[in-house]
Amino acid sequence: MKVDGEERDETKMIAAVLAGDRQQFHTLIRPYERSVYVMALSMLRQEADAEDAAQEAFLKAFRNLGKFRADSKFSTWLISIALNEARSRLRQRKNAKLDSLDDTSDDGSPIAPAMLRDWREIPSEALERQEVRLMLHEAVAELPANYREIFLLREVEELSVNESAEALGISTASVKVRLHRARLMLQKKLAPQLKQLNPKRRWSPWS
Amino acid sequence: MVLDCKHVWAHISGFLDGTLDAEELKHVQNHLEHCEICSAILDSTRNILVLTADERVFELPLGFSERLHARLEEEMRSIPPAGSDKDSHH
Repeated sequence: MKVDGEERDETKMIAAVLAGDRQQFHTLIRPYERSVYVMALSMLRQEADAEDAAQEAFLKAFRNLGKFRADSKFSTWLISIALNEARSRLRQRKNAKLDSLDDTSDDGSPIAPAMLRDWREIPSEALERQEVRLMLHEAVAELPANYREIFLLREVEELSVNESAEALGISTASVKVRLHRARLMLQKKLAPQLKQLNPKRRWSPWS
Repeated sequence: MVLDCKHVWAHISGFLDGTLDAEELKHVQNHLEHCEICSAILDSTRNILVLTADERVFELPLGFSERLHARLEEEMRSIPPAGSDKDSHH
C-alpha cells in the first residue's frame, strides 16, 4: 500500500480527529479506501456486501480511533479491522451456504504447480478484458481463506511480511509458508487458463 | 547437489522474493537453465503476480468514495466526539 505525495503526518491527523477536528478523518482514510474495499471484496465476493463491510470497517475505525496505538501503522490497523469485519460476515453466512472458504492447514504436503513447457507472457493490457479480470478474481476467491488473506495483504495491498504477520496475528514464518502455497495454487489454477488467451496457441493441438 | 523439480518448486517464492541464500540461489538457477518446465512455472507465477497486483483487477465501484464519506458524515454528526470512550456508547 503506497501513499504518495507530500508528507502525510498520520499521527498528527489522528491526534486532530481525536481532539475534535473530525473532518481530518476523511483525509486520513482516503489513501486506503481501495485497499479496504479490495480486502472485503476478495473475502465476501459480492460487491454490495463488500461495500457495506468496507463502510462498516471505516466507521469502526472512526469510533475506535482512540484505541489506535502508534506502535503500529494506521494502514495495518485499518486493514485488520476490515479483515475482521469480512471474517465475521463470512461466519454469519456460513450456516446458510456451503462454502469452500475454510482455512487449510499448512501441512507440509507440497503443491504441484501446473506443468507447462513454455510461457508467453500475458501483457497487462489483457486486463482491459473483463473476462481476464474475472478469471483472476475467481482464482483468488477460490483460495482457502487463510491463504487468500495473506495473498491479498502481500501481493495486492503490498504490506511487508512483518505488517502482514501483525495484521493477521500470525508468525512471519507462517506468512512466508502460506504466501508460497497461495502463489503456487494460483499458478496451478490460472496458468492453464491464461495460456489459452494467447491467440496464436488457442487452436493449436500441439502446445 | 542436483535439485530436482520438486525442490525447485519449494523455492519459487524465495526466488521471486530474493530471499534465497547464495547456495540455494545457485542451485535453483542451475536447474532453471536446464529445465524448461520449471522455467515456465517460474515465469508464469511471476506473470500472474504482476497481473493480480495491477490496479485494474480490483476496482472500486462507481460512487464508492462518495457513499462512504456521506455515511461517515452521518456517523460523525450522530455520535459524541471520538476518543471520549466513556460516553461514546449508550
